[in-house]
Amino acid sequence: MYPAPFRYHRPASLREAVQMLSALGEGAKPLAGGQTLIPILKLRLDEPSDLVDIGRLPDLRFADAQDGWVRIGALSPHGWVARSDAAAAIPIVKDCAGGIADAQVRSRGTIGGSVSAADPNCDWPAMLRALDAEIICFGPAGERTVPIEKFVLAPYTTALTPGELVTAIRFKAPAAGSGGAYIAYKKSAAAFPICSTGVQLTLDSAQVCRDVRIVLGGAGPTARRALEAEAELRGKALSDALWARAADAAIAIAEPNADVHGSAEYKRSLLRGLLLKTAHVAMRRSANAKIEGSHVYA
Amino acid sequence: MSTPDAAQRVTIEVTVNGQKYCRAVEPRLLLVEFLRQELDLTGTHIGCDTSYCGACTVQLNGAPVKSCTLFAVQADGGEILTVEGLARDGELHPLQQSFSEHHGLQCGFCTPGMLMSAHALLHDNPHADRKAIKKAIAGNVCRCTGYQNILKAIEAVANDTAGGQ
Repeated sequence: MYPAPFRYHRPASLREAVQMLSALGEGAKPLAGGQTLIPILKLRLDEPSDLVDIGRLPDLRFADAQDGWVRIGALSPHGWVARSDAAAAIPIVKDCAGGIADAQVRSRGTIGGSVSAADPNCDWPAMLRALDAEIICFGPAGERTVPIEKFVLAPYTTALTPGELVTAIRFKAPAAGSGGAYIAYKKSAAAFPICSTGVQLTLDSAQVCRDVRIVLGGAGPTARRALEAEAELRGKALSDALWARAADAAIAIAEPNADVHGSAEYKRSLLRGLLLKTAHVAMRRSANAKIEGSHVYA
Repeated sequence: MSTPDAAQRVTIEVTVNGQKYCRAVEPRLLLVEFLRQELDLTGTHIGCDTSYCGACTVQLNGAPVKSCTLFAVQADGGEILTVEGLARDGELHPLQQSFSEHHGLQCGFCTPGMLMSAHALLHDNPHADRKAIKKAIAGNVCRCTGYQNILKAIEAVANDTAGGQ
């Protein structure tokens, strides 16, 4: 048994879980699917005194669309999300959910756990910025909604206050003429992405870009929006030349770390290539082309 | 913050390969350790023990999971299928038979996990194509390289319309 000993609790409701976490104090951690937390505990990078198992709380596994918003329950496993109607309707969601790690991790790992863990390179926190998502949290002070860019503050650090839990993620349903894609580059299925890119865009009937959001993962301590690149594209008829300019603008804001996977220069080049590939898929999807998402393995 | 009591035991009830077990376990006991040490079901292997290799794959309520990345207490009330549960009445499961016929292994350490991932895939998608098979075992690729015979073995069962699951 590699993890340090901890006390185990299994609350019956969300309210009870929040009360328990608040009462137990900062030594307590929530446990959802455990696919990020358990490896951390096995390495003893963290030694919580108590684990509050929220994995089987009722009513937190859902994906629905209402009043122009799509909501995904925090305890929805990645694989379940990938098979949901929401993912079928919004391809960038399917790319992300169906591409995370491998089938086994997708069985257990949850969207709420993933955004709460806020691993710097992981898929959901990056992809959700391309959808301008909001994180719905419930804690001792009640419910609040936090935009994703204000939720993930730093690697492994979120805006969650003590005792607070993510209950759902929501974003506006993409308008007609929208297309999106998310592609990660990784060593193998089970590995975290080295870099990833997401593009969500809306074209009008004259193929003019009405809206676009571009996100880069693995390009800094947290995922970042390439706002200058977006400005290059908005209001214009998109062409390969324009995308090339946008890609240059995007990698100008990328600050990837040099590590065992490659130099910063290599990763900027990787991000540029990934972005052009992702943009190409997003453009074709905006014209209703059916393209299966596929991550790229080194 | 007090130090947790190492002796806390949680009573869990699980069904493994159709048989019910009730045990009091330490919360930090991993499912793979529970299966191997408490139940003596050593067919489930510990490979990398870092949630990478998939050798420890079992099914929990029909879904493939890495039993090295799951506490036994999380499986409480669940139905678990391990590689020992595939054969029936001394007859190998069609997947096991096919792995044998196609020599679907190299060193063989990853085989139990491969079988459990393939079994879960064919339950959901009985006629899975090669692309779906590759995706399903992406979490089981180990380090021997190749995998061609493993793909052939799973494909043969997926293509066998007469073969039962």
